[in-house]
Amino acid sequence: MRFGTEIVLLSLFAFAALVAAGFGADEPFRQHMWVLFFAVAGFTAILLRNTEFKPATPVDPTAYMDGPIRYGAIATVFWGVVGMLVGVVIALQLAYPDLNIQPWFNFGRLRPLHTSGVVFAFGGNALLCTSLYVVQRTCRARLFGGNLAWFVFWGYQLFIVMAATGYLLGITESREYAEPEWYVDLWLTVVWVAYLLLFLGTILKRKEPHIYVANWFYLSFIVTIAMLHVVNNLSMPASFLGSKSYSAFSGVQDALTQWWYGHNAVGFFLTAGFLGMMYYFVPKQVNRPVYSYRLSIIHFWALIFLYIWAGPHHLHYTALPDWAQTLGMVFSIMLWMPSWGGMINGLMTLSGAWDKIRTDPIVRMMVAAIAFYGMSTFEGPMMSIKTVNSLSHYTDWTIGHVHSGALGWVGLITFGAIYYMVPKLWNRQRLYSMRLVTWHFWLATLGIVVYAAVMWVSGIMQGLMWREYDEQGFLVYSFAETVAAMHPYYVMRAAGGAMYLTGMLIMAWNVAMTILGYQREEQPLPGSVPALQPAQ
Amino acid sequence: MDYNLMREFADSWGLLAMALFFVACIAFALRPGGKTHADQAARIPLKDD
Amino acid sequence: MGLIDKHALIERNATLLLVGSLLVVTVGGIVEIAPLFYLDNTIEKVEGMRPYSPLELVGRNIYVREGCYLCHSQMIRPFRDEVERYGHYSLAAESMYDHPFQWGSKRTGPDLARVGDRYSNSWHVQHLTDPRSVVPESIMPSYAFLKDKPIEVKDFSTHLVANRRVGVPYSDDMIAEANADLMAQADPDADTSGLEGRYPKAKLGDFDGNPQQVTEMDALVAYLQMLGTLADFKNYDEAAGYR
Repeated sequence: MRFGTEIVLLSLFAFAALVAAGFGADEPFRQHMWVLFFAVAGFTAILLRNTEFKPATPVDPTAYMDGPIRYGAIATVFWGVVGMLVGVVIALQLAYPDLNIQPWFNFGRLRPLHTSGVVFAFGGNALLCTSLYVVQRTCRARLFGGNLAWFVFWGYQLFIVMAATGYLLGITESREYAEPEWYVDLWLTVVWVAYLLLFLGTILKRKEPHIYVANWFYLSFIVTIAMLHVVNNLSMPASFLGSKSYSAFSGVQDALTQWWYGHNAVGFFLTAGFLGMMYYFVPKQVNRPVYSYRLSIIHFWALIFLYIWAGPHHLHYTALPDWAQTLGMVFSIMLWMPSWGGMINGLMTLSGAWDKIRTDPIVRMMVAAIAFYGMSTFEGPMMSIKTVNSLSHYTDWTIGHVHSGALGWVGLITFGAIYYMVPKLWNRQRLYSMRLVTWHFWLATLGIVVYAAVMWVSGIMQGLMWREYDEQGFLVYSFAETVAAMHPYYVMRAAGGAMYLTGMLIMAWNVAMTILGYQREEQPLPGSVPALQPAQ
Repeated sequence: MDYNLMREFADSWGLLAMALFFVACIAFALRPGGKTHADQAARIPLKDD
Repeated sequence: MGLIDKHALIERNATLLLVGSLLVVTVGGIVEIAPLFYLDNTIEKVEGMRPYSPLELVGRNIYVREGCYLCHSQMIRPFRDEVERYGHYSLAAESMYDHPFQWGSKRTGPDLARVGDRYSNSWHVQHLTDPRSVVPESIMPSYAFLKDKPIEVKDFSTHLVANRRVGVPYSDDMIAEANADLMAQADPDADTSGLEGRYPKAKLGDFDGNPQQVTEMDALVAYLQMLGTLADFKNYDEAAGYR
């Protein structure tokens, strides 16, 4: 019987959730365990219905294992739509506070849903599926460990569901980008170790003597996130059947641990992992090797070496000792160099094929992603300078900076990779429509530009209003007045986000139609087919 | 072991070790003869999939 | 075999690559974070700090649960405008019993590090129930539901025990009396002499305007009203605290 052991184990898991739902120490925990029970029981039922008693068809050990990657690509698009939709909702809540619906849909509970939704659900699934795609093709080896890849995929989705429902129920550790409580953290640790085994095992059984540099970036992302996740989430539960835990560290130590994690979530999750994507998919899409392989090695070591120190720049002028702040600032400024080295390397890969920016919207998306990477890695070091930070910290400028990186770099490079992979994974000749990719590109780019520009204005204005004095030496503005001044910018920001979301919906449509096997009848994009030249 | 001792170490030998490590990384990447090796590695993704 | 050939080994050996990159990323964390735990001067010497009373801790947990930290910082920086707006700049000592810290990273709303004693209890209740009725420009969500949620904790002492395990100096006495103290602090008729001895400067009495019941609103307001009221700055030596 197929899935025999899995079904037994899952049933036990569902039963344990049911017991915890009955005996939980607090109300949110009991509700959360009901969610877990229904999720696991539902999954078990699906497995049961798919059980067959005829012997399984033998697996070809030389073929790539693409099943989990197909699911991962769909999950990336699905969670992208969800996460960005929640983003637009909370942007509107800031402009129109009556849109808050207490208690479950208040801003404070939805905001972690948005950040985790886009970072871990959208970005995480993108990293998961592209890393497994890339590692097989650059190692020329099938994924290690049989069904391990399926466990990693479904285990990660369960983590997402538990984290997301937990936030709505008010279950949070309040550590930004690491909000899930202790039991969800433990589950993620299990899944993450399995992911590490899966990835490392595949590299170990490779047929290619050299480990391609994209895999270095993916591997350092996986192992560093494992370390950061474990250290930052050390905590003491009040009860083993309750949702509340207390962080192992307190005050200043807790703050630095959290921002050491927080900044490296940016550095290793949102940068190193996606650089792995860049180093594979950009050369593939333009069909030429990376500009300088040796620069990519320098890029790798410099990046992982410097990034880990940069965390304290989130705590400038706080009660963190000055020496730690200065250290964080120095390393953040140094980070500018490897970041731009990587950007140049990515862009110059196109040398000799620059015309593709005009003719191939996927290349255009990737190039724009690299350009946004360069822009936000210039802005970041600048904002880590203490005098600049004294103005920008606590304001919308930070939010704008994060989004130029997240929407511009992470988003666009992911879209490019998904558009590249989907026709290959489902054996389609081409995407459903290239013209829709162009639409997506322009909506996304305009959305980012509106978003970032608006947040610069509102952030700098906010910072200046807070510190403005009149001739008599009194503060000019009350805090409430500065809040009121933000309103028009919050409306425009929501509009920028809505444009980006619209692009994402177009992508979802395009990807779905491609998977279903349709090809839109359309005029090819100008320049994509060589025009016939009249004979001279 | 007190903080000042560690700090002294960090801005002398520690700094030197880190700088050397970094220079070694760059030297390795740019070593003569590394070029063909790197070019081969760079072509890995472009072989058929 | 020179150093250069050794790197070629790393490029071909996945385990070495793994260990190498892990080492590189661990160094930064250890050098930066570890000293904070054993350097004496990380946390300034200031009098008056004490662990949270059970009711304040329940309130703090509600503050965490509702994500208040996403819009309100609790960290006043040493700038003229911030000190004038919010009060004395924050010390590390003031959050030394905070598991987790609530410094925040964004000020969509004002800093709350010293909001205690600035407004009346009834102002807070009105503001949390309908923010725009007291601050027309506010964009804060309503938290009216807190008034209708009685505090139902079977045994709150387990929370104090968990805090003690991570280093908060809760005494045996505090743990034994946790459930009684939790209810007594918001009960205007209770005998609070023991509570006041255990938690000096604790705010007492009914907070939410409904003395019949101890609600989540009571707890949250009790927490807000004590924020920044503990540290004694009269005897604080600023020069010695600089680090």
